[in-house]
Parts: sequence; C-alpha cells; structure tokens
Amino acid sequence: MSSNTVLMPERHYLNDGHSLKSWLLTKDHKRIALLYLFAVTFFFLIGGAFAAMIRLELATPAGDLVSDETYNKMFTMHGVMMVFFFLIPVVPAILGNFLLPIMIGAKDLAFPKLNLASWYIYMLGSFFTLYAIVTSGLDTGWTFYTPFSSTASTTAVIPAGIGVFINGFSSILTGLNFIVTVHRMRAPGMTWFRMPLFVWAHYATAIVMVLGTPVIAITLVMLVAERAFHFGIFDPAVGGDPVLFQHLFWFYSHPAVYIMILPAMGVISELIAAGCRKQVFGYSFVAFSSLAIAVIGFLVWGHHMFVAGMSVYAALVFSFLSFIVAIPSAVKVFNWTATMYKGSVSWDTPMLYAIGFIGLFSIGGLTGLFLASMGLDIHLTDTYFIVAHFHYVMVGGTILAYLGGIHYWFPKMTGRMYSEFLGRLSAGIVFIGFNLTFFPQFILGYLGMPRRYHTYPADMQMLNVLSSAGASILAVGFTLPLFYLAYAWKYGPVAGSNPWGAVGLEWNTTSPPPTTNFEETPVVTWDAYEYPTPVEGHVA
Amino acid sequence: MSEHIVPKSTYYAIFGALMVGTALTVGAAFVDLGPLNTIVALSIAITKASLVVLFFMHVKYSPKLTWLVVIGSVFWLLLLLGITLGDYLTRGMRTFG
Amino acid sequence: MLPEAVAHNHGGHHPMLAHHFDSLEEQNVASTLGMWVFLVTEVLFFGGLFMAYTLYRMWYPDAFALSSNELDIRWGAFNTAVLIGSSLTMALAVHAAQTGERSKLVTFLILTMVLGTVFLGVKGIEYADKFEHHHVPGLNFHFEPVSEMAHAQIFFSLYFVMTGLHAIHMIVGLGIMTWMLVWSMNGTITKEYASPIEISGLYWHFVDIVWIFLFPLLYLLGRTLPAVTH
Repeated sequence: MSSNTVLMPERHYLNDGHSLKSWLLTKDHKRIALLYLFAVTFFFLIGGAFAAMIRLELATPAGDLVSDETYNKMFTMHGVMMVFFFLIPVVPAILGNFLLPIMIGAKDLAFPKLNLASWYIYMLGSFFTLYAIVTSGLDTGWTFYTPFSSTASTTAVIPAGIGVFINGFSSILTGLNFIVTVHRMRAPGMTWFRMPLFVWAHYATAIVMVLGTPVIAITLVMLVAERAFHFGIFDPAVGGDPVLFQHLFWFYSHPAVYIMILPAMGVISELIAAGCRKQVFGYSFVAFSSLAIAVIGFLVWGHHMFVAGMSVYAALVFSFLSFIVAIPSAVKVFNWTATMYKGSVSWDTPMLYAIGFIGLFSIGGLTGLFLASMGLDIHLTDTYFIVAHFHYVMVGGTILAYLGGIHYWFPKMTGRMYSEFLGRLSAGIVFIGFNLTFFPQFILGYLGMPRRYHTYPADMQMLNVLSSAGASILAVGFTLPLFYLAYAWKYGPVAGSNPWGAVGLEWNTTSPPPTTNFEETPVVTWDAYEYPTPVEGHVA
Repeated sequence: MSEHIVPKSTYYAIFGALMVGTALTVGAAFVDLGPLNTIVALSIAITKASLVVLFFMHVKYSPKLTWLVVIGSVFWLLLLLGITLGDYLTRGMRTFG
Repeated sequence: MLPEAVAHNHGGHHPMLAHHFDSLEEQNVASTLGMWVFLVTEVLFFGGLFMAYTLYRMWYPDAFALSSNELDIRWGAFNTAVLIGSSLTMALAVHAAQTGERSKLVTFLILTMVLGTVFLGVKGIEYADKFEHHHVPGLNFHFEPVSEMAHAQIFFSLYFVMTGLHAIHMIVGLGIMTWMLVWSMNGTITKEYASPIEISGLYWHFVDIVWIFLFPLLYLLGRTLPAVTH
C-alpha cells in the first residue's frame, strides 16, 4: 500500500460509519480499542482524584482534612479504580486490541463480538463499582481482606465485589481472544519467531489473564456470599480462615501485576527497536522471558503474606521464587539496553518514555528484591516502602510505557501527528513529578511510616510535603497529553502511513488503517525488526 | 484438521464404564477403608473425568494444542491446591530444630 | 483468496462464515480452541472452591463427615446417573450433527435438556429439604451435635456455593441447548457446520465433570459412620 504523506486516506476505520450505533455495535477491534480508551481514561481520572485527596491529607501530619474512616475510603477507592479499572486493561485493551491483529496480519481478533462484549462487561462492572463509591463507599483496602470485609465493614463491599467480579470477565474474554488470535490468525509466513515482541508480551499476558482471573472471581463470590448470607467460609467465629482468603486473593493478584507490566514491556520492546533503529538484542530471550514471567509469576504470591501467619517453610520457598522471578525481567532490561548500544537513538517522546521506563522500572524491580527478602520484608511490609515500590513499577513502569505507546501509535490511530515539543515537555514533567512524589516514600517507609494511615509523626512531614508537591507536578504531566493529543487528533498535521520510518506490519498500512486493516493480506517472509535497512517491499 | 467421528458404540461403552464407576464409588463409600476412602473416591472420579474428557470431549482425537490446554489447566489447579496446602501442612513445623 | 468452501447462496461462501476468517474450517478450529480456553477459566473458577473445601475437610473431618451424611445419597447418586446420561445423549447429538441426521440431532438435544432439567428438579428438592432441616447457613442454621455446628456451617456454606454455582452453569447450559435446538430445527446446523453442537457439547461435558467431583466430595463422606437419619 503506497503511502501518501500529505493526505489522509479517503476511507478508514474512523469514518467508516458515523452513527452512534456504528460505534456502540462495532465489531472492529480498532473502534473497540477507542471505546476502551475513553472509558479507561475516565476511570484513571477518578482514581487520580482519590490520589489527590490522599496526598492533600498527607501534606500535614494531623488527620485534619478528612476523618480516618473517610481516609480509608479514599485509599481503597484509589486502589480499586487504579488496579482493576485502569492498570489491568490499559495496555492490553487499548493498544493490544488496536495493534495485535494488525501486527500479525489479521483482519480482526478471533472473536470480534466477544471483544465488544468484553467492553460492555467492563462498563457494567465499573458502573457497579461506581455505585458502590457514590453510596457508602468502600473502606476495606483494594485487597478486601477478611474478616473486616466479610463482617465488620459497614461500606458497600457487596456492590464493589460484584463490580470487580463482573469486570474480571472483561479481562478473561480479552485474554481468551488474544490466545486464539495468536494461535490461529497469523498471516501466511508469520511464524511465532517473526512476531513482534509486543505480540509475545500480550500472548503471555493473556495466559495469565485466563489462568488467574477466575480465582479472584470465585474468591469474590465467596466473599459476597459470606457477607450477604452469613456463610462461614472466612469467618473465624465458625472456624473459617482469613488467611485462606489471602491465599486465594493473591493467587490472582500477584500474577495481576504481571498482567499490568508484561504488555507495557511489550510496548517498550517496540519503542526501543524503532527509537534506536536496531534489532532488539536477543529477540528469543526477550520472547521467552515474557512466558517465564507469566509462569513464575504464579508461584510467588505468598510474598504478600510473610507476616500473615504463614508457615516459615512456605515463606522461604516463596521468597526464593520471588528472587527468581526477577531474572527474566532483568533479561529484558539488559536486552533493551544492549539494543540501545550503538543504535541510532532518537529523542522523540516515545523514546523518552521508554528510557524513563527502563530506569524507573529497574528501581521498582530492585526494591522488589528488598521485599522478597523475608528479613527485610518484616520491617518494610505495610510501610510506605511498599507503596513506593509498587508505584515505581506501575506508574514508572506501566504508565510510562502506556504514554510512550500512545504517542508512538497516535499517528497510526488518528492519522495525525502530535506536537513533539509538548510531548517531550510532558514526559519531562511526568518524570520529575513522579520521582518527587515517590522517591521520598522509600525513605518514609524505611523510617517506619505505615501505609493506610491518615496521620503520621510530625518529623516525617518534610518528606510527605515533597511527595505531595511532586504529586501536583505529576498531575500536570498526566493532564497535558489529554489536551494536546485531543487537539492533535483534530488539527494535527497529517502523519502518513509511516511517520517514524519504523518496521512492522502496522506501518505497512494507512494511517488510520482501513476497517479490514489491510487491502490485501500480507505474506510475511521477514523477521520482526529488520533494522537499520529494511528490504524493499517489507516496509511501506 | 480432520474431523474424527467417534462411533456410537464407543459412546455407549464409555457410558457403561461411567455408570459402573458411579456404582463402585457409592459402594466403596460404605466400606471403612480409613484414609484409603478418599484415595479410592478421587481415583474413581479422576478416571471417570478422564473418560469424559478423552471420549465425550474428543480430546483423544484432538490436536496437541488441545492436550496442552487441558493438561495445563489441571496442572495450574494442582499448583493452587498444592502450594497453598504446602503452607497449611508445614505450619506446625518448627524452624531449624 | 477464499479457498473452496461449501457454496451456499452467500456469494460463494458459507452463510455462517464470519468475514475475518478465511474459511469455515479456520473458524471452526478457532471456535473450538476458544471454548477450550474458556473451560480453562472454569477449571480455575471451580478450583478456588475445591481449594477451600480441601482445607476445611482437612481441618474438620468429623464435622464434614457428619454433615455429608445429612445429604441424601440416593438423590445424589441418581443425579450423577442423570448427568452422565445427559452427557451420553449430548455425545450422540454431536454424532448426529456430524453425520447430518437432523431428526436424531433434535431428539438427542431434547433428551439432553430433559435430563438436565430433571437434575435441576432434584436439586430443588434437595435444597428444599435442607431448608426444612435448618441446614442453610444464615437462615436459622442449626446442626446436631451442637459441638460440630460451627464447622458444619462451613460444610454447608461450601455445599451451597459449589452446587449452586454448578446449578447456575447447568441453567446456562440449558440456555445454550435451547439456542442449539433452534439452530438444529431451522437448518443452520449441517454436516459441514456441526461445530456449534460440538462446542456446546464441550461445555456440557465440563459441567458433568464438575459434578463427577462434587458428588463424592460432598455426598460420600462419613458413610461408614453409625446409623444416621437418612
């Protein structure tokens, strides 16, 4: 398909039907990706609002902004919104949905109607949870620990539990769709080892979604039944075990963090390759490391329960395996860095986010090793060290990768280019704001400041003020793209099919792509990252 | 992918085996075998389930990927059960003597 | 680009072929794999309940044995036979679909649904019985001997969640069968397009397998204990 760098294509997926019905009943994976984009962004803003409340309260040592009960609701709802309604779907349901079929040369995912259903299920689940929030709220922590959640809490545990349960099906259906698509819908010649690493990452993620999500689903069923009908499964009063809840909860919720990071790592592989115009170093190692993370990630959940009363021997095994799971992540970091070595490195916005990811994810991952060590974890658990650790990997990691990906594929999705100046500016603001917000929290945790408390000792105020100040800067960094990307969508310069000069099937079709992705199904005879000089005909 | 049509006689035979298994497991429940009761009951259940999977669900005639999916799911369930029980069963044990 | 597919009046390809697939065979293979992946999620879904059951049975064997004795083994065994029978009729339905024998297909689908309904009817009887005996946790639960009442409550909680969830899956299965029945009667299902029946069969057999495990775990404990009420 020849590219015309000046004009938009005449017909593409965005103008292929303008009615509300053509959007709400679409089967096009690209439109569904955009439906997710708007929904997920909305919930990110709600979760962000709760974060703002938290940081406002914590700017002073006394609990003077809200009561302790309200504060409990603030951090709970921040966690629930961000974990279940933002971090889990953000990369797979938006970028994954949009790009996966195109990257393997398919016309759509295997089950387009199921894909649309998964969006509606997401909306239904989030509506339930929103209902919980606007009625009595939720104060159990996003971890819903029993017996507080099953008996003592007076908040909307049941609607929230139902909402998260429903939302889980959205995740399961997306994963199911990805697995079947990758197995069955690759274009002729697209062997497994010619697939972009983005696809490998999403395939591994899909396996985690399918194996893990049902377990939290059944756990929430049991929790809701316990609370609604006074069943006795987690209730110590009848001999139930609250730690059983924790086992079942974390069996999913630890792999869930790999659902959050694996697709992001897939994005980074693409950004680094394109941004350095170089083959990803050790392609097969990176591909297999995604699978390794997915598998080993299921074996470490007990590290969330070191102080819960678990057997010391089981804890030893979980600790050891938690060290092991760091290895495939490290493999990726080494390989990305090696890719950059002697590459032709660009400093465009996507690359800035990618480099930021490598640094911040490494810090987050390394601090995870501190926490995997039982002796340290006993002191650091339930302190701000943990909070800092997971924000480094989830915000410094996943969100940075997502932002990099959104900028990188923005021209493909919209046909227009954003302002590179504003992109770089925002990336810088995000980086500075993020570190100012969360680095002090490592120190606070080390000093013993507990998490989920709305007060703290007065001598910790300075660090908390730094953190809150950082949060306001971070908020600016996150908000700016909303505006300049929206502006660019309408008024940005036309991008053409391959503004980055990148290699990949998505760049071989128009920007925006036609509804069926390709005019003709490609026949692939080349490897994924044919840099620096792709063969004639492999790239548009 | 070939569509293998399993003969009806196979289905009837499997049905018979499943009914026999059901009768066996009910009968065995009334015999006091101590801890073996559980093992017998589970073994019969696993055998019955395997017959359903292999013949009624055609896995015996299905591609390797299907086998991988089936075995993988059972394996993952055993991971959940095994590792969690690994905690509960070793709780009473003292560390380092 | 489309290979020779069964020529129906749809411009050369099968009316049930979705346009993002290149052939009916590709679609059937994908759909079958999709159903298998879905069943994986179901294994893990029920699996969480089996985990809870395993733990509490290990901790409270006496209470579990006594509670299990309260279940009517005759209804349980009968239902097991009914469900296995329905798996047979389902398999025969698939066979009829694959050989293009429409009337047999319809017959076996209806038989499967009848047996499934019988199963649910029996469960209704059992649940009513539990209610009468105050064995429903949260609803005036009472158990003799009182020393085991707390732990028995855990057994019955698990009993209701496990069999209740199973029953919900049966009801969904009946819904799917209704849909398949309609397609069988209106000619959508043919020898070339038998895969919806096969895929529905996979779901049905899975529900049967869950019961194959539920039955011994819930009904067959403590049967060697001295005389009980029933």
